Amino acid sequence: MASLKELKGRINSVKSTQKITKAKQMVAAAKLRRAQAAAEAARPYAERLTGVMASLASKVSGDSAPKLLAGTGADQRHLLVVVNTDKGLCGGLNANIVKAAKAKARALIAEGKDVQFYLVGKKGRAPIKRDYAERIEKHFDTSEVRNIGFPEAEAIADDLIERFEKGEFDIAHLVYPVFKSALAQDPTVDQLIPVPSPETDATAATGGDAVVSYEPGEEEILEELLPRYVKTQLFGALLEREASEQGASMTAMDNATRNAGDLINKLTIQYNRSRQAAITTELIEIIAGAEAL
Amino acid sequence: MALHFELVAPAKLVRSDDVHMVVVPGTDGEFGVLEGHAPFMSTIRDGAVQVFKTEGGTPETIEVRGGFAEVGENGLTVLAEHVEG
Repeated sequence: MASLKELKGRINSVKSTQKITKAKQMVAAAKLRRAQAAAEAARPYAERLTGVMASLASKVSGDSAPKLLAGTGADQRHLLVVVNTDKGLCGGLNANIVKAAKAKARALIAEGKDVQFYLVGKKGRAPIKRDYAERIEKHFDTSEVRNIGFPEAEAIADDLIERFEKGEFDIAHLVYPVFKSALAQDPTVDQLIPVPSPETDATAATGGDAVVSYEPGEEEILEELLPRYVKTQLFGALLEREASEQGASMTAMDNATRNAGDLINKLTIQYNRSRQAAITTELIEIIAGAEAL
Repeated sequence: MALHFELVAPAKLVRSDDVHMVVVPGTDGEFGVLEGHAPFMSTIRDGAVQVFKTEGGTPETIEVRGGFAEVGENGLTVLAEHVEG
């Protein structure tokens, strides 16, 4: 049985832990609202770009299609772009992303393909290094950036496109969490490069059958739009990551706060009991002493 | 009658309102868009988009970089990677 003093010390230390987790939970809740608003605000751009891309991609096809749309013709070398968070304390989020990335890598390796990793964010580095140390191509650090935004997405996209043009890989996949709610963030694997042809039914939304004139030309426009589309995809993934991180963090910290509360209750009961036992023993001693006289 | 003009940046919808005319710096030269313009798509070079609220008024200029313009049934949409001012 722990002494009264020890118990008191433990209760106090759990109490201060609870204070920290509670604070982190409230910070995450506030940040989540902001991250969700940012994701919301980014939607019009992505939607319009996808619409334009769809109508253009359906017109430009065959041999004249740019490399970013048509691919290199091979599918031997795959690049997995894994988007992780930079900070921990967000429950199983990073573990889930890494799990999805590793599952994809295993499936590709089983098919006899070459797999390389391109890591974004700090928390994916260690677990992927454990299994695929020699396959990590690059680690893009975003931990120095306070508010992740379009410039980072742009830098990553430019780097990826440059590597693609140099022929370092044939197909790139993007692994990132999709924010469903504060309780659920689904890791998702999407093909990034070559750009998958968007559904053509989006054409109806951008003007139907009307004859559209292009300046300079369909192909030139498409060529310029494709890198921009890749950037938008990455930007979307970064925003989703941000919202997912805060959502997961909020839930994890809520649980931690509750667990700490339970622990405090249990320890307090134990403390009170020991104290009562000590008093009772003392009384018995006094009474026994008095009776002996 | 007015032209519906939207300026969209990756992070947010910058502008969405009805104006008289917009002059866009296209790659192949500047072009003005009035209400009822034929469907049209163009890449734009880095420069200023001029927004005329009313006919003959002084234009409001917005600097854009890395842009793309689309004219459809529901007006003019300019997608720009960077918007200043």
